[in-house]
Amino acid sequence: MAVMTMRDALNLALREELARDGSVFLMGEEVAEYQGAYKVTRGLLEAFGPKRVIDTPITELGFAGLGVGAAMVGLRPIIEFMTFNFSILATDQIINSAAKMLYMSGGQFKIPIVFRGPGGSAYQVSSQHSQALESWYAYFPGLKVVMPSTPADAKGLLKSAIRDDDPVIFIEQERMYGMKGEVPEDENFTIPLGVAEVKREGTDATIVARSVMVPVALKAAEALAKDGLSCEVIDPRTIRPLDINAIVESVRKTNRVVIAEESHPFAGVGAEISAEINERAFDYLDAPVKRVSGADVPMPYAKNLERLAIPDVEQVIAAVREVAYL
Amino acid sequence: MGSQTTERREKSNTPAGGATGVLDAPPSALANQTSPQSPAIEEDRETLVKIFHLMLLVRRFEEKCAESYSLGKIGGFCHLYIGQEAVGVGAISALRPDDYVLTSYREHGQAIAKGISPEAVMAELYGKAGGCSKGKGGSMHLFDKRVNFLGGHAIVGGQIALATGVAFATKYQETDQVTLCFFGEAAVNQGAFHESLNMAQLWKLPCIYICENNRYGMGTSLARAMSFQNVAQKARAYELASEFVDGMDVLAMRQATRRAIKRAREDYLPTLIEARTYRYMGHSMSDPGNYRTRAEIEKYQERDPIRVFTATLKENGILTDKDIADIEAQVKLEVERAVRFAEESPEPDPSELYKDVYASP
Amino acid sequence: MPKLSPTMEEGQLSRWLKKEGDKVSMGEPLAEIDTDKATMEMQALSNGVLRKILINEGESAPLGHPIAIIGEPDEDISSLLTAGNGKSPQTSAAPAAEESESTAKQPDAPTSEASATARESQPARQSSRDDGRQLISPIAARMAAEAGVNLKSLQGSGPGGRIVKRDVEAAMAEKPAGVSTGPGLRAVGLIRPAGKGAVYGPSAYRDEPLSEMRRTIARRLVTSLGPVPHFFLTSQIDMERAADMRRAINELNPDIKLSINDIIIKGAAAALVEHPQVNASFQDKTVRYYEHADIGVAVATENGLIAPVVRAADVKSLLEIAGEVRELAERARARKLRPEEYTGATFSISNLGMFGIDEFTAVINPPEGAILAVGAMAPSPVVKENEVVIRQTMRVTMSCDHRVVDGATGAQFLQTFKQIMENPLYLFLS
Repeated sequence: MAVMTMRDALNLALREELARDGSVFLMGEEVAEYQGAYKVTRGLLEAFGPKRVIDTPITELGFAGLGVGAAMVGLRPIIEFMTFNFSILATDQIINSAAKMLYMSGGQFKIPIVFRGPGGSAYQVSSQHSQALESWYAYFPGLKVVMPSTPADAKGLLKSAIRDDDPVIFIEQERMYGMKGEVPEDENFTIPLGVAEVKREGTDATIVARSVMVPVALKAAEALAKDGLSCEVIDPRTIRPLDINAIVESVRKTNRVVIAEESHPFAGVGAEISAEINERAFDYLDAPVKRVSGADVPMPYAKNLERLAIPDVEQVIAAVREVAYL
Repeated sequence: MGSQTTERREKSNTPAGGATGVLDAPPSALANQTSPQSPAIEEDRETLVKIFHLMLLVRRFEEKCAESYSLGKIGGFCHLYIGQEAVGVGAISALRPDDYVLTSYREHGQAIAKGISPEAVMAELYGKAGGCSKGKGGSMHLFDKRVNFLGGHAIVGGQIALATGVAFATKYQETDQVTLCFFGEAAVNQGAFHESLNMAQLWKLPCIYICENNRYGMGTSLARAMSFQNVAQKARAYELASEFVDGMDVLAMRQATRRAIKRAREDYLPTLIEARTYRYMGHSMSDPGNYRTRAEIEKYQERDPIRVFTATLKENGILTDKDIADIEAQVKLEVERAVRFAEESPEPDPSELYKDVYASP
Repeated sequence: MPKLSPTMEEGQLSRWLKKEGDKVSMGEPLAEIDTDKATMEMQALSNGVLRKILINEGESAPLGHPIAIIGEPDEDISSLLTAGNGKSPQTSAAPAAEESESTAKQPDAPTSEASATARESQPARQSSRDDGRQLISPIAARMAAEAGVNLKSLQGSGPGGRIVKRDVEAAMAEKPAGVSTGPGLRAVGLIRPAGKGAVYGPSAYRDEPLSEMRRTIARRLVTSLGPVPHFFLTSQIDMERAADMRRAINELNPDIKLSINDIIIKGAAAALVEHPQVNASFQDKTVRYYEHADIGVAVATENGLIAPVVRAADVKSLLEIAGEVRELAERARARKLRPEEYTGATFSISNLGMFGIDEFTAVINPPEGAILAVGAMAPSPVVKENEVVIRQTMRVTMSCDHRVVDGATGAQFLQTFKQIMENPLYLFLS
């Protein structure tokens, strides 16, 4: 175990997988000579050379499609979006090509590709650079969607994503790159996709949180514990496939659930989890499933407005108190 | 107004005219290379007969598709290749079996030319388990990994980026395979075309981009859709080698493609080929074709690629009328066999619905 | 003056248990109040010092009227004194008024964080309660069903009165282990077993919407006969065996002191199980069917009639009933019954046999669906196997609320009751 930032944990995962498998290559804007816009790919060009670590023009649709084509014939591309905001330009290739290729070819062409980069809210970059897109990608059968919440998860999940034979959307939270935590240095350390983790055990209410909302939920749980309310914090880690059984199991125990997410509420991942809980654990609910989401507005620039748009610890606490009838 | 503009633009872009009388050749000074008007025959008899056979098979296969579609045997969209056979058959005839082909949704002929059996293609159109995509892809998504046919793709221009990636992979893997990518001229207006050509030349990728300029993007004529209508010359923007080819001449197509293949195999260099061609049928089976006249279609049919090639073969003493009749009879049998296979092939098992969504669920 | 009985309008201060200047703490007995039904202890609702008594022993006050002032030892109460001596029952010094007001408001008070949501959804919750629908969370419903907690007896603490998990947990904690009574009526035998020493609250019930026919019957009969349209059914019952059985049991154990009335209570409860349509009440838009037979037993006291309730008589043994009736009657005469002990019966029995009355008709105690009036047991000629013989007989008349019980329904019930009474050993079968 070593203590490192999520940035370095991701770097380590990339480094190990590039070293492990020659068919893995990394491509994106500023990933090589610039050392990564967020320094996640620092030192990889030096280590693996320009054949394996490739700077691209600003041409998201183009290099996303290039990656999918390369994956059709045996490579395992890692396509970095400088931020997931720019993946919107590439959605045709991600959705129409990557997600559907295996199916529409009758099982002939698997697409082992990872699209990764920072996503979710960032600080004061306004509407086009600060948004959560996981519900878009999680909507499509054929894609897998991963969102780590700790440095160790980031490493283990990214390694699994690279080794996976399906297209994986791997969304790193920009605000979490500097978050520190213990990370196994073992090269064989991986975390399987589709397995949730209970980040804190509790008995009175379940908080389902992902990505940057996990530390927020843990802080809320800490505060609520002082009031005698025991919260379980569960992180699905993989949005698709979703470990709904783990969530349902927790809800059956606590009978109350709050879903904390920084994405917009409408048709979001939280709405899906809520629907699943309703279908699978209705008889165990003591209160309606409660969501805490980002404000249903484009992200504002002004600091005070931005603070209002991103869910915080207080909102999560209030939501838990509401479902616990306090 | 639209048609007047069309007339004027096409006239202004037709400096040569030449033997074809129909083709709008680009100013040769701007194109890196232009194909000779009447290429000398370089191929042996066996190759020529095989090409002729394939063209005829594709033509008769597509005619049968039109019939089956109107009988309700084929569903959804069905885009026919009749009139464009010289492009696909000519270009693919120049490939090695291990080279890759990616194309659009008008791909029945190219799939057959690359080696998918007419049976597997027809069964796919019928939505049967025996189809080359197990009945899950349909007319627009024919795939066969065994012959490196990497699919029909149905978002205009999408396959151009994919093909660029396949070419990237072959270079990465240090093979000498080339990748052939077909698309219509309407795809040239998509970002994917420009983004791909830029990357291909920037990174020297062995990809051959063949634009089948059949003059209509669905119902919109080239003149109404493209400010500068010389596709081959667009390659100049990316310093890419390009050729303008008579897409009604199968041997011209074959030879232009061979030049591009040499460039790709030996130097990892991409090429853009613009093939002027014409589709006789509507955009799809549901297209009434009100945007063009019967006279226009007939004008192009005078230079029908099969008619032109038949004449060439007869003039050069390669095929007699009897040979041609024999091939016609053989093709007829092959198409009938394909239909019978499709008819008899079972529907996909309902359990297939949830299969192939993930490789590792 | 606190409300200490359902029908109380004013109360008489029977005895002060504290005097002015005494320290009082919340929950401590403050005074004894005579209501129209019983003498009740009144408890202090706050801590402090009993500063001033406003109503003396023997005096009466209407509900909500201040009877004393509790405050800090040095607090200025002059303004309260003026108000208290006046007519306003709403002063802050009135503990009873304060209590009723605050409890009425409590369920609707939103938490500050959730206020927006709570306010927005308030109308829907309100209207659903107007429908008479009980709000309950899914897990609470499930737990209650599994543990046999009677939901109707619970007060929901969630928004809009929703019964939530903690309410059921609280009820389970109060309920002795090993007793299970599932919600809803279930198919039961004549006798259902009761746990030894089981304690029952008011019976569970289910409400069924009125059928169009039921509604028409109710409307027309009310027009004709007043709010509760009675009709009467009389039956003569051979009590020979019941009398023998009573004698035999009392000979076995004289302490039991089993009465004929106890057997009648048990017999009626058993018949009600067979005829749930009679164990029912008219509820404006629904007919309410009760799970248990909670039998009101009319007891004459020197202050008048009161009918303590034997809860769940259908599942209790004859001996348990006998003990309970005796105990309830004693406390009724001593005016020591709590309100919940004499309200909420599902069926009543009035026995004037001890006064030599042969037969009479009783008035239904709303909203119960029926009452059985029992006459004196006396020898009379009966035809048995074509011969006239002298038997101990008794005449009973059942008054039925025709909005709920039709003639034939009542008659069938009475037929079962007669069979049971004429073969009382049936009551021991289970």
